[in-house]
Amino acid sequence: MTPFESFVAGPWGATVAIAGMALVTYLCRIAGVVVMSRIRITPRIERGLRALPGSIIMATILPVIIDAGIPAMVAIPAAVFVMAVTRTDLASLAAGLGAISLLRAFGV
Amino acid sequence: MSAPLPNFSLDGVKHGARLAVPAFPGFIMFALAFGAAAAQKGLSLGETLGLSAFVYAGASQMVGLEIWQKVWTPSTILTIITVTAIVNVRMILLGATLQPWLRDEPKPRSALNLFLLTEAGWIISTRYHSEGGRDVGILFGSAAILYVVWLGATLAGYFAGAFVPDPRRFGLDLVMPVFFSIMLVPLWKGARPALPWLVAGLVSLVVHALAPGYLFIAAGALAGVVAGMLIE
Repeated sequence: MTPFESFVAGPWGATVAIAGMALVTYLCRIAGVVVMSRIRITPRIERGLRALPGSIIMATILPVIIDAGIPAMVAIPAAVFVMAVTRTDLASLAAGLGAISLLRAFGV
Repeated sequence: MSAPLPNFSLDGVKHGARLAVPAFPGFIMFALAFGAAAAQKGLSLGETLGLSAFVYAGASQMVGLEIWQKVWTPSTILTIITVTAIVNVRMILLGATLQPWLRDEPKPRSALNLFLLTEAGWIISTRYHSEGGRDVGILFGSAAILYVVWLGATLAGYFAGAFVPDPRRFGLDLVMPVFFSIMLVPLWKGARPALPWLVAGLVSLVVHALAPGYLFIAAGALAGVVAGMLIE
């Protein structure tokens, strides 16, 4: 093991992870202001960036939903439906979690 | 009438804090969900608050939890940093739009304001700016109060999550995917702009089936961006 490997494997690993996450996030926060005068955000780049939030969500949740099985596959569309109708994130989260607990209680 | 010159006032800070109130419920919900999911995942209170205080970017914190490790290696550290960067790269756009307003601001103050930058604070401040306002206190006031709300709700969520006896029974192990899918609804602007999401989802499923680890998140998100750039 290299010194860095043993360092991150020890109690400081989580701190290194948080520090790294904090650093790249801060770079993202200041980058727009810093490089604005140098780089032009073309319409094409802007379209790509606009597709990013939804793409991240889909890429993150789809495999997780499929791995979690039927309760997730039923409850998550239900939560999305409640959100589309009520536009209340609290109610939708409750509907989703409620559906999961119900399905699990019945052994699905 | 010409726009007022950029300035920074205490009244602006107070006014900004009041403008941020409508964003409280969303912040509280997300931070409660994050705190509970972190407790559920076995993070310490310090790690949970550390993520909320220093990363302070909900989506990347949630995705980070999915990749969180009990024992870290250089490659898992690199993975979580890369995924965080991919999730947060959208902030570059937010900053870019603020640049004209902050051009003559003292650098340390802008450094702080940008550390506190969130989508909600950005929406509040850009609306104010587009109505002709130039008081940077609005930007700081709205951002600072949201930061405090975020930390408080993270703390509350952590204890709520830790004290639920059997989190699986209440579906709390799936808080993250449920919350993320709900967040798709306000992002929905019709079928066509959502086409890249479909590409992202399909690519992530394929990569998930073929490659170990969490490469599927980055691969899917990148595929979505490329699809977005190609679709007119």
